[in-house]
Amino acid sequence: MEHVLSMFVQGVFTQNLALSLFLGMCTFLAVSKKVGAAFGLGIAVIVVQAITIPVNNLLYNYVLREGALSWTGVDALKTLDLSFLSFITFIGVIAAIVQILEMTLDRFFPALYNALGVFLPLITVNCAIMGGSLFMQQRDYSFGDSCLYGLCSGIGWAFAITVFAGMREKMEYSRVPKPLQGLGIAFITAGLLALAFMTFSGM
Amino acid sequence: MKLTENDKKSLLEPIIKNNPVFVQILGICSALAVTTSMTTAFTMTLAVLFVTAFSNVGVSLIRKYIPNSIRMIVEMTIIATLVILVDQLIKAFSYDLSKQLSVYVGLIITNCIVMGRAEAFAIKNGPALSLLDGIGNGLGYGFVLMVVAFFRELFGFGTIFGFTVFKTVQNGGWYAPNGLMVTAPAAFFLIGFMIWIANSISDAKVK
Repeated sequence: MEHVLSMFVQGVFTQNLALSLFLGMCTFLAVSKKVGAAFGLGIAVIVVQAITIPVNNLLYNYVLREGALSWTGVDALKTLDLSFLSFITFIGVIAAIVQILEMTLDRFFPALYNALGVFLPLITVNCAIMGGSLFMQQRDYSFGDSCLYGLCSGIGWAFAITVFAGMREKMEYSRVPKPLQGLGIAFITAGLLALAFMTFSGM
Repeated sequence: MKLTENDKKSLLEPIIKNNPVFVQILGICSALAVTTSMTTAFTMTLAVLFVTAFSNVGVSLIRKYIPNSIRMIVEMTIIATLVILVDQLIKAFSYDLSKQLSVYVGLIITNCIVMGRAEAFAIKNGPALSLLDGIGNGLGYGFVLMVVAFFRELFGFGTIFGFTVFKTVQNGGWYAPNGLMVTAPAAFFLIGFMIWIANSISDAKVK
C-alpha cells in the first residue's frame, strides 16, 4: 500500500510530467486557454497513458529487451537484443492505439467521441505519452507498476493543465505589460505553478 | 554554390525572426529539460540539428511519392530512424552524456519542430531548400537552448561548459550557487523573459 501511495505522489506531484519534466509542453501551452478544453484533453491523456504504458511494457519485456525472446525456445533468439528498436516501436504503438481508441469511441460512445474527438490526434505527437513509455523503460517497471505509473502520470498531467487553464482564464482580466501578453506571461505562470508543485517533494 | 535570396531567407529567418521556440512555440519540452548545463544543451542542439536537417531532406526527396493519407506515418518513420541513429551514436561515443540526456534524445521523435517543419515546409519544397530550412530551424532552436543553458549553468553552478567561472563557496570561493536556477521553474521564467525581450524588440521595430 505504501508503495502504491508513494508511486501516486511521485507520478502526480513531485515528478509531474508537465511541470517538473517539461513533457507535453506544446499542447500544455496551446490548449490551456479554456478550462473545459483543458479538462477534456487531460482526460484523453489519462486514458491513452493508462493504456499505452502497460502495452509498451509488455512489448519491451517480452519482445525487445535483451533475452526477452527466450520464451520462444529458439536458441538463436535467446541472446537477441532488440532494445534499439524501442523508439520506433513505442511511437508505432502509440499512434496505433490512439487510432483504435478514436474509432472505438466513434462507434460505441458517440457522446464521448464528440467531447474528446478533436484532442485525440493531438495526443500522438504529445511527448508526455512517449516520455511516459521511455521512463517506464528506463526505470525498468514491472507490469503492475507500469499500469499504476501510466494512470498516475496521466492524472498528474491532467491536473496540471486544468489548474493552469484556470489561472490563465482569470488572467484575462489582469493588466499585463503588452510585450509580455500571451505566451510570455503563460511561461511565467507555469513557472510559478511548477514552484508550487515542487513543494510536494518533501513528502 | 551561390545562395539566392530565397535560400538565405529559409536559412536565417528561423534563427531570430521566426524562431521555432519562442515564435512558433514548437519543441519546448526538450528546450526546458536539457538546459541545466551547456554541454547537454550543446549535444541536444547538434542532435536536433542533424535530425531536422536530414528528415527535411528525406521527406522532401520522396514528397511526390507519398500518398497524402499516410504521409504522417511516413514522416514519423523517417524521423524515428534518424533519432535511433543519433541515440546510438551518442551512446557509443559519450555514454555519460547519454545518461544525462536520459529520455530526451528519444523525445526528439515527438519534438514538434521536426514534425512541424516536415509537415509545413519539406512536403512542399525541394531537397536543397528543405535542408537549409532544417538547418535554420535547428540553429534557432539551439540558440534559445544555449542562451537558457548559459544562464542556468552560470548562476546555478558557477561554471560554463564545466569550466569554473565563479568559484563557489564549497570550493573556497565567493559565489553561493543559486539553487533555483537548476530546478524546473527557473527554466520557465527564463524562457518567459526571453519572449518578453524578443517581443519588446520586435514591437519597437514596427513602430
